[in-house]
Amino acid sequence: MSAPVLSVDDLSVEFATREGTVHAVRHVGLDVHAGRTLAILGESGSGKSVTAQAIMGLLDTPPARVSSGSIVFEGTDLVGASERTRMRINGEGIAMVFQDALSALNPVYTVGDQISELLRVRRKLSRSAARARAIELMERVRIPAAARRVDDYPHQFSGGMRQRIMIALAVALNPRVLIADEPTTALDVTVQAQIMELLTELRRENGMGLVLITHDLGVVAEVADDVVVMYSGRIVERGSVEELFQRPAHPYTRGLLRSMPRPDREDDELWAIPGAPPSPLRAPGGCAFNPRCDAVVDVCRTDQPELRLIAAGRHSACHLSQEVFDGRA
Amino acid sequence: MAERDVVLEVDSLVRHFPVKGGLLGRGRSAVQAVDGVSFTLGRGETLGIVGESGCGKSTLARTVVGLDSPTSGSVRYRGTDVHRASGRELRQMRRSVQIVLQDPYTSLNPRKTLRDLLMQPFEIHRDVLPRERRIARIKELVELVGLDPDHLDRYPFQFSGGQRQRIGIARALALEPEVVVCDEPVSALDVSVQAQVVNLLRRLQRELGLSYLFIAHDLSVVRHISDRVAVMYLGKVVELGERAQVYDRPRHPYTRALLEAVPIPDPVGRDERVRVLLAGDPPSPVDPPSGCRFRTRCPKAEDLCAVTEPALAVEATPQTEAACHFPDHTPLARLGA
Repeated sequence: MSAPVLSVDDLSVEFATREGTVHAVRHVGLDVHAGRTLAILGESGSGKSVTAQAIMGLLDTPPARVSSGSIVFEGTDLVGASERTRMRINGEGIAMVFQDALSALNPVYTVGDQISELLRVRRKLSRSAARARAIELMERVRIPAAARRVDDYPHQFSGGMRQRIMIALAVALNPRVLIADEPTTALDVTVQAQIMELLTELRRENGMGLVLITHDLGVVAEVADDVVVMYSGRIVERGSVEELFQRPAHPYTRGLLRSMPRPDREDDELWAIPGAPPSPLRAPGGCAFNPRCDAVVDVCRTDQPELRLIAAGRHSACHLSQEVFDGRA
Repeated sequence: MAERDVVLEVDSLVRHFPVKGGLLGRGRSAVQAVDGVSFTLGRGETLGIVGESGCGKSTLARTVVGLDSPTSGSVRYRGTDVHRASGRELRQMRRSVQIVLQDPYTSLNPRKTLRDLLMQPFEIHRDVLPRERRIARIKELVELVGLDPDHLDRYPFQFSGGQRQRIGIARALALEPEVVVCDEPVSALDVSVQAQVVNLLRRLQRELGLSYLFIAHDLSVVRHISDRVAVMYLGKVVELGERAQVYDRPRHPYTRALLEAVPIPDPVGRDERVRVLLAGDPPSPVDPPSGCRFRTRCPKAEDLCAVTEPALAVEATPQTEAACHFPDHTPLARLGA
């Protein structure tokens, strides 16, 4: 594999709150490669969205603070980078698609104006050239009758169409990396499939690195090449999608996979992980997953397991990772 | 097969919401949220209802339990018309038909403790249980749904999402209902917590002989919990049948497309999977297409579909009904799962 386009190393993000410091992201490292899809899988409070916001420089500081680590995009560290560098890289280097397109788009401008403005400011296109390019982009994301709908406002589009417009905006400057934060969560299943297909197609055509942030195991299995599993602010497991689904090396990943309803076992009780994900304010000591873990031993309650290499391309942060990986725990 | 003990009978149910429109508000259009839905629910049975947003499944839920009134048609609980009953009959019906709502964050009063929340049903239906036995019953309910009886003085914000949904379930069960309508009961919960709540609902059904109307957009959860499944599109049931029939041999092209769109949680063989993706979004329920409502997105649509609305007709045994002029007869090829 070639060198990564985007490399996050030892990233920690904390928030100052009235109830104390929340360590939302702790020592997260990940690589994004051109033309590949990296899924960040996690539940609420896992730190997956904060990681994305840190990469894009969207965190409000304060209360947020990047307390350690680096985010290197094509040789430039974005942590502490100047406003100017950020401006250059956001959009052209790294772009983002959000979950809720209705609140991400400006309601008082037509979608054509919003796409054109970007092209006029960043690409110095003329008004008419920008408009023509905006229509092209809308056609590219398959909005029917784009030439007519370019003058419509965001509320005049359906949820799926709005998500397409946000994707058109995100890819307008041909970014090297596209981060999609739960891009289909608010959409119906038939529309979700269309949007995932579109994202995969754009990644392939433009050779982008795609970072897909999701809680949906099905979506991960369908489109990801590499997977990072997050729990309570940390990466607990990492690997290629086939290997991770076939042979999980962390009890959390294993539990998630087991709890999926299976059509061939429809009358059995579902496997369930007990308890609930911890609040970032009150993460348990030792391994954060220990109160819910079915393989827990004493050391899990006191010592934080490090993310360790357990097989080629496989990492797991579990005191019993080798045993879990080998099916012995 | 033994005679089914039918507890709930929904007959030609219609719920239209008038919308103001046109010059001087004289437009006479309506959101056709539910438009002629019929089914029966047997004792101890689970009927799953699936469909996308705007298909009318939540309006159906609200109308079935009497939170909303139908434009026409009827809902009968053991023969009693839910929307016409009064006095004693109405009180009995309200006790027997309960609802669990989707969002445990907004459906519980934040200023009431767990004890208060569970006491409420007994204060409304005072004749169910004498005052001195109520607290014992509340403790029983709390244990039944897997909560800690020591937490009776806690407020909703002190519970996690999964625990709040358990509170919602306990409250629905307080008056020993026979029918529980579950409107998206797990979709607001974290993935790792959903399985707990699904298991709880199934255990309660076994122990208490409950009948469920289980409404959800997650097709794999519905498959797991349902005996029969109804598929809704734009206010109509397009297919209704035994679970295995609907999932393995879908007759209606919409059912087929819906099932094919669900991502399979197994990366092995994903590149060989072929799926026909539907184009576009569902049309507006204010002005649905003529004839078959699905025809604008249907890969099999012909001229006939724009003219004549297909009736929900018996298609196969065990009983499956599909509302389509050109139903499918081939099994659905699902690789992986």
